[in-house]
Order: sequence, then C-alpha cells, then structure tokens
Amino acid sequence: MSEANGGIRIGVYTCHCGTNIAAAVDVESLAAYAATLPDVVVSREYKYLCCDPGQDLIRQDIADKRLNRIVVAACSPHLHEHTFRGALVAGGLNPFYLQLVNIREHVAWVHEDRKEATRKAEDLLRAAVRRVARHEPLEPGRTPIHPDVLVVGGGIAGIHAALTLANAGKRIYLVEREPTIGGHMAKFDRTFPTLDCAACILTPKMSAVKAHPNITLWTYSEVTKVDGHVGNYTVKVKRWPRYVREDLCAGCMECLEACVYEEARVPDDFNLGLTKRKPIYIAFPEAVPQVPVIDPDTCIQFKSGKCKKTCIDACGERHAISFQLQEKTEEIEVGSIIVATGFQVFDARRASYYGYGVYPNVYTALEVERLVNASGPTGGEVVLRDGRAPKTVGIVHCVGSRDENTNRWCSRVCCMYSLKLAHLIKERTGAEVFNFYIDIRTPGKGFEEFYQKLLNERVHFIRGRVAEVTDWALDPTEEGKLVLRVEDTLASLVRRIPVDMVVLAVGLEPHPDAPETGRIFNISCSEEGFFLERHPKLAPVNTFTDGVFLAGCCQGPKDIPDTVAQAGAAAAEALALIDAGSVETEPNTAYVIAEVCSGCKTCIPLCPYHAVTFLDNEKKVRIDQAMCRGCGTCVAACPSGSIRQHLFEDEQIFEEIEGILAYA
Amino acid sequence: MPEVYEPKIVAFFCNWCTYLAADLAGTSRIKHAPNARVIRVMCSGRVDPQFVLDAFARGADGVLIGGCHPGDCHYQEGNYKALRRVALLRRLLKQMGIEEERFRLEWISAAEGEKVKTVINDMVEKLHALGPRVPACRKEVA
Repeated sequence: MSEANGGIRIGVYTCHCGTNIAAAVDVESLAAYAATLPDVVVSREYKYLCCDPGQDLIRQDIADKRLNRIVVAACSPHLHEHTFRGALVAGGLNPFYLQLVNIREHVAWVHEDRKEATRKAEDLLRAAVRRVARHEPLEPGRTPIHPDVLVVGGGIAGIHAALTLANAGKRIYLVEREPTIGGHMAKFDRTFPTLDCAACILTPKMSAVKAHPNITLWTYSEVTKVDGHVGNYTVKVKRWPRYVREDLCAGCMECLEACVYEEARVPDDFNLGLTKRKPIYIAFPEAVPQVPVIDPDTCIQFKSGKCKKTCIDACGERHAISFQLQEKTEEIEVGSIIVATGFQVFDARRASYYGYGVYPNVYTALEVERLVNASGPTGGEVVLRDGRAPKTVGIVHCVGSRDENTNRWCSRVCCMYSLKLAHLIKERTGAEVFNFYIDIRTPGKGFEEFYQKLLNERVHFIRGRVAEVTDWALDPTEEGKLVLRVEDTLASLVRRIPVDMVVLAVGLEPHPDAPETGRIFNISCSEEGFFLERHPKLAPVNTFTDGVFLAGCCQGPKDIPDTVAQAGAAAAEALALIDAGSVETEPNTAYVIAEVCSGCKTCIPLCPYHAVTFLDNEKKVRIDQAMCRGCGTCVAACPSGSIRQHLFEDEQIFEEIEGILAYA
Repeated sequence: MPEVYEPKIVAFFCNWCTYLAADLAGTSRIKHAPNARVIRVMCSGRVDPQFVLDAFARGADGVLIGGCHPGDCHYQEGNYKALRRVALLRRLLKQMGIEEERFRLEWISAAEGEKVKTVINDMVEKLHALGPRVPACRKEVA
C-alpha cells in the first residue's frame, strides 16, 4: 500500500449541495481550512459531490495524488455513505477508508448564524480528518438470504404483496390477526373515483391467496417474536383456536344455522355493531378462509359447558368443530418481512362535540360504507336507525384529521370518500347532501373530475369546520332534526343546518399497538405513530432494519391505488434481496484481542445475540462474527480493552473527540 | 478563539434513533443552538465512560449521550447498558467537580427532531449559566 512510502494522504471534499449547504456554511473557507490540516494532500469544494462528475473528482484524485484516505463533508451518512464508498472502490481504495462529515442535516439546515455554522463544520471536519487517518481496510460481511417471505397483515396491501411474490415463485407466509383477510377494503361498497365495486376487485384476490400453492395463509394469528437479521429471521406466530378445523371444514355454514342461539345477539364487528351475529359466525359471506369461528366469550358451551352442541350435530361426519382446540405457536424461518398492518379509523367519540354515540343518527363514514353496501346490514339501503330514509344528510369532513386537538395530519382519503358517499347517498335516497369542509383535496387521477361531477349533481359544499352537532331546536324547522352549527367562511355567516343524518368523515390513525408491533419487527414509529420509512422519498418502503419493508397505511394514510403500488414496491424490494442470494453487511463487528483478554466474562451477559462465548480451554472469550450485530456494548464494557470494534475503534473515537476539541 | 463564551458540547448519538432525530431536525429545518458536535456510534451502549472522561479532559463544556427510548433499542437493550454506566459515571464526575448539568443522557427517538432542539438548547442555556469550566482545585480556593 502507498502508506508505506507516502504515509497518510488524505483528500477532503466539501459539497455545496447546490445552495443547501453553501447558503449556510462558507464552503470555500471550509475547504481552505481543511487544506491546512495535517496529512491533507488535497481539499476541494464542489457543487454536487454525489453526482457522477463529483465522484469522478474523487476517483481521479485518488489516482493522481496517491490518496489513501477520503473525507467527504456533505450530507448524512444515512443518505450517501454508500455512494461515496463506491467512489473509493472505483479509485481502487478500500471503501472503509472513508469518513463522512454531516454538514447538511446537522449544520447547514439547523443553524442560522453562518459564522457559527462554519465554525461547527470546521470542528467536525477536523475530527473526521483525524479519525480517518486511523481507519483500517475492512471487508464487508455477506449473509445469505432465506428465500421465504413473511407478510404481516391481510388487507389489500398484504394481499397484493403476497400474491406478487408468490407469482414470482417465492414461498410466502401471510399472517392476519382477524379471522378473515380483506382488511378495511372488504367493508367498502364502491371505490372512488371510478365507483367500481370494491368486492368485485378484492374478493378474487382474496380467493387467489387461499388457492395459491406458494402461500401459507394463517388467519386469526399474530406474530409474537422476531429474532435474527436480514436474510435469516426466525419468527414465532401465535395461532388462536377458531374451534373449527380449517382442514376439515367444507364451508357449508350449516353450523351457523344450527347454533342454539336462534337469533343473533352479539354485536357484529365487521358491520361495526350495526347488526348482530351468533357465537359461531363468519365475518362476511365472501370471507377467506370460508371457515367459521366460535367466539368463546359468548358460546354457551364455553360459558357453561351445558350446550346441546347442535353445531357439532350439524357438522356431522366432518367432525370439523372441536371445543378442545388449543392456541398454538408456529415457528418459521424467513429472509425478509413485509409489514402491512394497516390503520384504524379515528374514534369519533373523541370529538364529543359531534355527538357520536349520543345522537343515534350520527354515523361514522365507515358505518355508512356498510349501509351503502349491497351485502351490508340494510342490503344497500341508506336508512336512519328507525328505518326511515333521510331527506337531508350532512357530511362533516376532517373529523380526527387536521386538528390540533386530535390528529394533526391530513388523512388523504376522507375528501374523496366523502364525495363518494355523498354521491351514493344522493343516488340511493335522493336526499339533499351537505358537505362541510376545510379544503377539498382531490390530488389524484380522476379525483378533481369526480369533485366537479358532484358539484353538477347539486351536492352542497359549505366551507367551514362544524362547531357542533346538536338536537336543540331553535325553531319548528329544526324539531326532530340534528342541527349542524357552522361558520360558512365563504359567506361570512354563522349558520345552522338541520339534517336527518350526520356522517362523520373520520380520519385514519395508527393502530394503538403500533409501538409494540414496531418493537417486534425492530422498526420505529414516526411522531404520528405510523411506521417510519428509511427515507421519505428514496426508500419509502424500506425501514432502518434491513430486510423489513412497509406497505400500506401502517406507513401513513393512503388510498387503495397508492397502497397497491407500495405493496408492489415492497414485494420488489424483497425479490431483489432474494434474487441477489446474499446481502452485504456492515463490517462493524466486535472482535477480541485474545492476548489481552483476561477471561472475566463481563461481556457475555451483555450480548443480546449470544455472540460471545467463553472458551474453556483458553479461558478467554470469542465473538462469533456472523452473530455479532455490531452495537459495541461489549466493547465499551470490556475492562481490559481487549474487545474492539471495526469501524468504531476506540482510537478512532478518541481522535474524533480530540479533533472536535482541538481549538484551531 | 471566540470572545464571548460559547460552550462546546460533545454529543454521542446512536445511529438508529438520536442520530436520525438530528437528521430529521435537519430535514425539518428545526433551528437550534450550534454548540453540539455529534459523534456517531452504533448504539448508546457503545459509549465507553472513557470517551466522556476524555471529552471533559480535553475541554468539553458538556457531554450529551443520545439513545433510543427504553424498549426501542435497535440492539434490544444497549440503551439500558448505557443507562447503568451513566449512573456510575455521574458519581465519578461529581467527585471530579464536574457539575451535574454538564453531563446528560437523553432518549430521543428517530421521530423526535423537535426534542433534539429542546435538549440541545436547554443544555446550552444551562451551560451558559454555569460559565466556563473551572478545575476543581481552583474552585475550592475561590
């Protein structure tokens, strides 16, 4: 290596990032400062270092000036460390002779005083120059990729991802918490803006999942534990007993008829409590799998042990019903995971001023989705709780969205589904429909045109956030009605609009157990509680855990086309991993200098991956390089300093500390 | 050298939570005091007490360790290891005459760009109030 004859030769490259960095940091003076630092042979600044000419600059200098260390002062290593390592490789250097200085996210974008920002950039740069001199050549690790994929969540996102991968010949485990797949989409009647029938586009995909030879479908199941790392995850799945054996049930549903409960008495979750079901039930007629579930909380046999068990008689020779079935746990090995756990709708009770749960004729939009659905509780008729058809309907937008008191984000789908419901309600009942909105947001293919169509259908639009829904009549026209009090901000009037039915356009929010789910898969939640993608633009389906991908509304509110597109992208990412066969891993593992190890075993209990073992013969520890994940906790704890960490060696960090504090 | 006293903070941020939070503060343009210099470590559990002692020995006015919230560690429990070490280190620093406010451990998740601002600004404010570090021996004389 050139170090032998030329010593350490460092090239420093400062990026303007257009004006992103240059506007807040004096990049010219920074580059000039870098040139004065020890061992720095060349220091340049360039408009965009990450583009080809920028990288060529580095590659060329490595050759011309015999550089053996590179410092790049640019953006976060999370964005472009990999890019610049490529430039080193292109120049014939080991990629780990690079140190990045984050002067964009950590300096230029967060400081206003140019002098202070430049001073901070100088400190960080000095630290990097000192650190990089201590870098060692390293070989990245490689880990093989198990070709099987786990998809978590059986809504349209999970279904689409699973089918895409299964069609590519990969083996998929699809795990769904509910007794059926289909998710929220299964509850809808029509989809906006095309008004095509949701069931007609969803149910064939649901059946395809069940029929696909490459898909193992586990409904009524939940992932409880994930161990391992990219390419090699061990997953535990808890499967609750349905008390009806999937392998024996023919889906005749005679047991439902035969149940001793002659009338259904239990609120039906799928219909949001608008109808009742029996203790043995199927969520909806097209549910997949076509296997009923027995709810032990309401089944007489489970409650008293004294049921006539007419369901078992009805099942007859099949013997599919068994009250003895137990919860069980399956363990599977997969190489990658797609998390598609979806969302929940905002609980309208939290916006108490709209009277949901107080006035019977205040509905949530999801309830109205069921009412307009041909296979819903009313067979598609929009009726009030007393069976009358409403003559006037008010749809309140942004309930639990764009609201400081509840959720600050826009849920993206409510404007369009409100328009859709307005159209369907008008079509079915001829009612006069009022939309109360803050802004109408229709950014999507055919969305604006749909809005125009609604305007032509003489649906009313009143701009203003509704203050409250009340049944307190001020004059005879308001008697027996629900009154929406609203400031019409276009007319500058406070108005009272009496209606028969109020529909609350509830927003989308993360599942309340998203943080726990995140912990299981080692992924983070954003401030709102949706799962955090690796990069909002460039890695929208990746997470910070390699091999774990996101699809659908668990990452943020989105409509069906976007969900399907994202699910396809997640499937493509998983495929790319599988087809590559193996993946490069950071060589930041811990290792032991055997001569120095005293065999004190302090490190052994610290390692959560059981990578440290004690060698009885030698009375020393050994770290399994394949099992070590590179946190460095054992390194910091080793009393004799015999455990070290590649890429994060003590000397390198001390150089950084001293570099930062060495006042120029 | 700056004429006005500006405290310098050495900050050890874990790669998966707090470093990302600082990145998020950047992408969200959340302006904050320019006094902290971040050193990236994979996990707050990697922060060797010697790093902290060295930083103080070399003239740091404050040291900040940022890790994932308890239960959210990318490496399961490295942050708990950091927490235990910090408790011990605090006692040591106290004996050395280094004021409590100069050494801080904070849990900042990747979503908490705003918290990066709050913590750094608050720490800078407290360090300003303390003034430059004075060696323990000299303090006793005063």
